[in-house]
Amino acid sequence: MRALRSRVLQRRQCVRNALILLAGCVALAGLAATGAKNLPAAESFAQVIDANQSKIVKIYGAGGVRGLEAYQSGFLISAAGHVLTVWSYVLDTDYIAVTLSDGRKFEAKLLGADPRLELAVLKVEATELSHFELAASVPADSGSRVLAFSNLFGVAAGDEPSSVQHGTIAVKTRLDARRGTFETPYHGLVYVLDAMTNNPGAAGGALTNQNGELLAMLGKELQNAQNNIWLNYAVPIDELRGSLDEILAGKFRPGENRPSIKPAEAVSFSQLGIVLVPDVLERTPPYVDEVRAGSPGERAGVKSDDLIVFVGENLVHSCKGFREELARVERDTELRLVLMRGQELVEVVVKPMAPGELQEK
Amino acid sequence: MLEGGTMKRLACLASLLLLSSTAWAQVDPQVLEAEGARVAVVQRASQAAVMIFAGQGGGSGVVISSDGYALSNFHVTHEAGTGMKCGMADGKLYDAVIVGLDPTGDVAMLKLLGRDDFPFAEMADSDKVRVGDWCFAIGNPFLLATDFNPTVGYGIISGVHRYQYPSGTLLEYTDCLQADAAINPGNSGGPMFDARGRLIGINGRGSFEKRGRVNVGVGYAISINQIKNFLGHLKSGRIVDHATLGARVRSDENRRVAVDDILEESDAYRRGLRYGDEVVSFGGRTVSTVNAFKNVLGIYPKGWRVPLSFQRKGESFDVLVRLRGVHREAELAEMVQGGPKIDPDKAPNPKPKPGEPPQGRPEPKPRHNPHAKPEPLADIVKQHFVGKPGYVNFYFNQLNRDRVWKALVARGDYSALQGAWTINGLAGAANEEMSFGISDEQASIKLPSGEARIELEGELATRLDPPGSGGLLVALAMWRRFLVMGPEKFGDVSYWGTAPLEGRPGLTDVLLATYRDLECHFMFNPADGQLVALEMTPEEDTDPCELYFSEFQEVEGRILPQRIEVRNGDGVYQVFHCKQFKFDTAAEK
Repeated sequence: MRALRSRVLQRRQCVRNALILLAGCVALAGLAATGAKNLPAAESFAQVIDANQSKIVKIYGAGGVRGLEAYQSGFLISAAGHVLTVWSYVLDTDYIAVTLSDGRKFEAKLLGADPRLELAVLKVEATELSHFELAASVPADSGSRVLAFSNLFGVAAGDEPSSVQHGTIAVKTRLDARRGTFETPYHGLVYVLDAMTNNPGAAGGALTNQNGELLAMLGKELQNAQNNIWLNYAVPIDELRGSLDEILAGKFRPGENRPSIKPAEAVSFSQLGIVLVPDVLERTPPYVDEVRAGSPGERAGVKSDDLIVFVGENLVHSCKGFREELARVERDTELRLVLMRGQELVEVVVKPMAPGELQEK
Repeated sequence: MLEGGTMKRLACLASLLLLSSTAWAQVDPQVLEAEGARVAVVQRASQAAVMIFAGQGGGSGVVISSDGYALSNFHVTHEAGTGMKCGMADGKLYDAVIVGLDPTGDVAMLKLLGRDDFPFAEMADSDKVRVGDWCFAIGNPFLLATDFNPTVGYGIISGVHRYQYPSGTLLEYTDCLQADAAINPGNSGGPMFDARGRLIGINGRGSFEKRGRVNVGVGYAISINQIKNFLGHLKSGRIVDHATLGARVRSDENRRVAVDDILEESDAYRRGLRYGDEVVSFGGRTVSTVNAFKNVLGIYPKGWRVPLSFQRKGESFDVLVRLRGVHREAELAEMVQGGPKIDPDKAPNPKPKPGEPPQGRPEPKPRHNPHAKPEPLADIVKQHFVGKPGYVNFYFNQLNRDRVWKALVARGDYSALQGAWTINGLAGAANEEMSFGISDEQASIKLPSGEARIELEGELATRLDPPGSGGLLVALAMWRRFLVMGPEKFGDVSYWGTAPLEGRPGLTDVLLATYRDLECHFMFNPADGQLVALEMTPEEDTDPCELYFSEFQEVEGRILPQRIEVRNGDGVYQVFHCKQFKFDTAAEK
């Protein structure tokens, strides 16, 4: 293996030529294999693209300051208005707007999110919408030609069609292979693309093959911390499917959306020993300001500056939401929290205090 | 690990290399044929590409006719001034001279000199370009083409009819093409071709933002259809202006585009457009967003008449609206002076509001050096340049003015007919007997119902008889004056460019002639040189008196119109059928 590696290194130029040749072969072989039926695609992807444009949506929400764009992309995954997109600060607002390809604008509800996979599902009140069938999504190999649909740079507005770029899957690999280099909570499989698809506003867009079949969702912008190179990638639908099904089945939802079940005696902040930042905004992100020494929170490993993302399976995105969520938890049960620490997601279990512990304090 | 994975992949590919010769042999001949065709298309298209080296910077361009007219960006040629050096794929360096500028649309026209058989790009109909079509950009990114061999980047069209905000009022990209073919600094001004190698646009900018000024897969090209509308104007050697309707629009919650504000002096107002009216279509295109409206507006030069359809309380109106200019003449003149002023790096580049498209422009490298001495102009450039205030290059204005005049004189010489002109014929549907009398001193019309006469002295703009005609007698007097005296003696006559004329396909050549307080646009059929219309505007922001000449017949060696239709404002004033022409010479006077 070592010998082979050095030989490869010596013949780098030669291999590069091979790459070019091979890329050509793959493309040509692809064409040849699909036969006359797909030959028009060699001239233009217009038909394939037209068929998918109506499934792409423009999403507007929070942001608009300090280089944070207030928009992103998404795509419809049901006729009833379910939209798959990335979980991001853009959705961290009470008013999320979704513009369909025909220009119709809706207020969208955040149905659920899974920050571990950086995905979110929105819902707009509409029917008979053109959409991607998740069940019909397909996998793809390196060398496959792809089309990326997104509203990158917010170029399109209203009924203007989203932007479409073309490229090739360079490799299918795991993002955690470069832990510490690419800081992201998602460490699963991605398609690395040879096209510059991951631009501002592109996250949440759809990646399809050249026949227009859904492959993946475009990821967020990701920059190599060491050499500042931007990575263009998309997360295969298969990676998202489990979590997506759970969201569609009612899990990972923001607490506000659920009916409130009052426990006999709810858990309280002081019991946990967790102090949140002052709740000054309508939607103050639930950051931990302080953890009291010796408290259950400290024992569980909660640290100041952690952002609370989940209480159990329930998504929280405000101090108020966290308080409401706690109000639903029985005093003596274990509390599972998912925290965002820097770009890492950390899961902790806060054990309730032993009887009498409170009095000691 | 990715690293390990990559190595493994490379190893795998290396072994595949050994197999590739056999794999190659199995490729469908149809595919090889397609590849060969593509290579040929790129090779042919490359021949028309131009590498511009302007002072310290440069960019790209493309030749669009065998006599060397070429297109580029205003922000590329701006630094160069009058003359520049242009390399082509034949390995030769040609001198080029600036012809005309469109600062608002970021377009420059230049002319390569020294040949009359330049390879040139065929222009496509860019409205037929679809998202997903293959395209390729050719040019001089990073000014790499020091051997004049251009760089080629392949991609697909990512968007059509895109709107990209201007910086102030400059460099507005309306109705443009978006592509993922690499557009880098230095590609500016270069051609975007379709898969068949036909010119669909001029590359000019990209969305860059935080990733530095290099391609991120989002480049924009000015559509060639927009530039086609401006070609005649650019050839006039002027600083060309874009247009406004004289009305602002907004879209309401029902996605209707409605008039939000309107200037009472505008032609749109005179044609009946009012606050609150819903704009349905503009320039023949359906308008459903403000961007769509701006896209239509941006493709037309100032002064063109464009169809507008609007609705008010369920009632529909279809009118032809004359567009106003965006800038004052002085503003335009200022724009093209002083190299550093339009340095894209220093031009205002306001941060877009949330939801609005961002902006970005590639820039020529290195940046303009204000202390650099301008290079002396080559002799051949000097021969093709005449400086005049308000013009980029007056040489080309004279060239086109003389071309139009010569074509007209070939259809009849009027220079000796300095005496009184009498035209007898019939007027209107009732076929009333009529008679025009026109001389240097006066103009008159006689009808059974009455007679009108004006003296041609003092302020002519106040003598707009007969009432309702908008100034028919003055217009006839200007017609005679122009035919007899020619552009040199008429007053101030310049080539204005091209414009559409209602009821005619294609564009007409237009001469702008001012005499005393009057402004006249003489419009010519470029195919045969015939004078087909005259618009006489007595003062700014008023409806001109329009004469439409048709049914030409030869009379004593001159080709004369048998029919003159007179329009003013919204309607036809009268149609005259000319039966007998009596033109006296100076001696008879």
